[in-house]
Amino acid sequence: MNLHEYQAKTLLQKYNIPVPRGQVISVAKQTSAVTSEIDSQAWVVKAQVHAGGRGKAGGVKVVKSPKEAQTVASELLGKTLVTYQNAPDGQPVNQVLIEETLPIARELYLSMLVDRTLERVVVVASVAGGMDIEEIAHTSPEKILQEVCDPLNGLVDFQARNLAFKLALSGEQIGAFSKILKGLYRLFKENDLALLEINPLVVTTDCKLFALDCKMSIDDNALYRQKALAEQRDWSQEDSKEAIAHHAGLNYIALNGNIGCMVNGAGLAMATMDLIKLHGGAPANFLDVGGGATAETVTKAFKIILEDHNVKAILVNIFGGIMRCDIIAEGIITAVKEVGMTIPVVVRLEGTNVELGKQMLRESGLNIISAENLTDAAKQAVNSVKGQAV
Amino acid sequence: MSILVNKNTKVLCQGFTGKQGTFHSEQALAYGTKMVGGVTPGKGGQLHLGLPVFNTMRDAVRDTQANASVIYVPPAFAADSILEASDAGIELIICITEGIPVLDMLNVKAALKANGTKLIGPNCPGIITPDECKIGIMPGSIHLRGKVGVVSRSGTLTYEAVHQTTALGLGQTTCVGIGGDPIKGLNFIECLTMFEADPETEAIIMVGEIGGSDEEAAAEFIKSHVTKPVAAYIAGQTAPAGKRMGHAGAIISGGSGKAVDKIRALERAGAVVASSPAGLGEAVLEAIKANKKVA
Repeated sequence: MNLHEYQAKTLLQKYNIPVPRGQVISVAKQTSAVTSEIDSQAWVVKAQVHAGGRGKAGGVKVVKSPKEAQTVASELLGKTLVTYQNAPDGQPVNQVLIEETLPIARELYLSMLVDRTLERVVVVASVAGGMDIEEIAHTSPEKILQEVCDPLNGLVDFQARNLAFKLALSGEQIGAFSKILKGLYRLFKENDLALLEINPLVVTTDCKLFALDCKMSIDDNALYRQKALAEQRDWSQEDSKEAIAHHAGLNYIALNGNIGCMVNGAGLAMATMDLIKLHGGAPANFLDVGGGATAETVTKAFKIILEDHNVKAILVNIFGGIMRCDIIAEGIITAVKEVGMTIPVVVRLEGTNVELGKQMLRESGLNIISAENLTDAAKQAVNSVKGQAV
Repeated sequence: MSILVNKNTKVLCQGFTGKQGTFHSEQALAYGTKMVGGVTPGKGGQLHLGLPVFNTMRDAVRDTQANASVIYVPPAFAADSILEASDAGIELIICITEGIPVLDMLNVKAALKANGTKLIGPNCPGIITPDECKIGIMPGSIHLRGKVGVVSRSGTLTYEAVHQTTALGLGQTTCVGIGGDPIKGLNFIECLTMFEADPETEAIIMVGEIGGSDEEAAAEFIKSHVTKPVAAYIAGQTAPAGKRMGHAGAIISGGSGKAVDKIRALERAGAVVASSPAGLGEAVLEAIKANKKVA
C-alpha cells in the first residue's frame, strides 16, 4: 500500500525529520489561508498522486504569488494527472500540497528497502539526488552508496558517518544526517515499511537538511497491525475493479486485453496470462481466486471480470488440488447462471473427479466450453474472440 | 533416495486442531506420512486425529522425537511458531501460512541461521516425497514415485509439473514448493544442490516467476555445479511492472525481476526453458535427451 507525499511527510515529522513547512488542501479556495500562514518568497504546489514523474507531467509547480498559487491549485485539483509511471490512464488529483520553497545548495538521494538477496534492510544513498536513481545505478553505479543493517543492532552511528562523509557532508550536517537516518530506520521498522525514498534530501544554502519529497509504501502483509496507516489508504488512486476485488478478498490486477482470466494460484494465474499471449490473444486481467474456489468466490470473480467492458471471453483455469473438480464445476455453473453470462466461458479443470466435472459443464446447457487441457483452453479462448478488436 | 523428507520423517503440526491443520493432517495421515502429534497452546493433553496434542513445541519434541514440523497458523502468529519450532530443535520447518510481514521474516531468518534450522516457505504448498511423506497442501494423488526433482515458487504450477511428469511415467523423487514470498527459507540453489547430490534424481524441473533475482543466481549455479538435466518455466512474461502478482514476491521493480532476463539466464546455463507450463513435461524429456548426448 502506498502513501501520498503529504501523508508520508506527516509521518516523517513524527520522527523529527525536517520537512518544508506545508499544508495539504482539497479545495482551491483554501490556498490563500495556506499562503498567508506560510510566509515564503515563493511556494510550490504539488499534485498528490501515487505516481512518480509528477514534475515532468506538470503536477509540481513553483508559484510566485498567492494568486498564482490559487490558479495552479484550481488547475490541478480534479484533474487526472498522467505521468510516465501511471500512463495511459493517469490518476485523479484530489489534494494538492502547498509548501514553502527553500534555498537549495545540494540535492542528495536517500532510501531504505528490504533487500531480498541479503535479507536485510538496506540504506541506499547518492550524491545524485533529484534524478531517477535507477538510471544513476545504470550509468554511474559508483555514485550509489549502500549500508546494510544488521537485524539485531539496526542502523548504527558508524554507518551513518560512512554515508555522511561519502556524501561530502561536513560540520553540523553530519550529526543532523545521522539523526535523520536513525529516525528513518526507526520509522521504517515501526511502521512496517516496504520502501522509503527521500528524493531529494536537500542541503540548504544555510547548511540545513530537509526531506523535500518522500515516497513510502507499507508491507501489505503487515496492514493488520498498522491499522492507522491502513485507514489512510486512498482507493481513488487504485483501479476501481482492483479496489472492489481487494474488498472481496481476491487478487486482481487489471490489464488491457479482452480475455478475462480466473485462475487458482498466483503462479498459474500468471502462466495463464502468458499462455493467452503465446497463442496470440491478450489477457484482460490477472485474477487469483485462491485455494478454495467456492461458488461464492467464483461468482464474485465473474462479476469483477465483467465490470471490465473490454472483456469478450473468460478463461477459467483451475487445478483442483485437494478440492474436487465436480464441486468446482458446480460453482462455475451456479455463478454463470447467477451473473447472466452472455459471453463465452472456456473452462479448463484438472484434478480429482475431473471427468465428472467436465461432464457437468458439458451438460449444463450454458455457454461453457470445456477445454481438454491448458493449451487447448488458451487456444479456444483466443479463437472465441478472434475478429474482435482488443 | 529423495531429499529432505522420507518415510522416517516424524512430523508435528503447529495449529493442529484448527480447521486447516485438521484437514491437511487427515490428508497427510491418509497418504502415509508419519505424523506424530501436534501443538495447540491450551489444548495439551488431548487427543486429536488419534494423536497427542501438546501445549508447546518443547513438550512435543521431547515426547515424540519429531524432526519436522508443518505450520498452519494465521500470519500474525506464524513467525512465532517458526521460532518456537527452531528453538525446540526441529531440523526442517515447513510453513504453509501466507501473509507474514516481511520484517518478521528478516528476524526469523537470522534466528534460523544461528540455530542451523532449515525452513521451507512461508506461503508455499509444502514438500512431498511420493509414496513416503507428504507435508503440506498438495494433492497426493497426482504424484508418482520416480526420477524428477521438482522445485518451484508457485503451488499450482508445481502441480502442473507433477501432473505432466506423472503422465509421462517419469515420476518425481521429491517436490519442494519453496513459496512465493520475497524472504523465504530454502531457495533454488539449496534445492538444486540436494537434487544434484541425490542418486535417485535424474532430472530437475525448476519453476520460477517474476520478482527478485533468485532464478538468475540459480542459472549461474546450474552452469557451474549441476550436471543433471534441468528443465524450467518462468511465469509472468506478460506481467506489468510495479504490480504485485498475487505472491508478495512476484513484482518487477526498478527494471529488475523480469521474466525475460530469467529465461535468458537459464537458457544460457543450458536449461531447457518451456514457453508454457503445458510444455514442462516435454521440456524435461528434451533436457534428458540433450544431456545424454553431452555425456
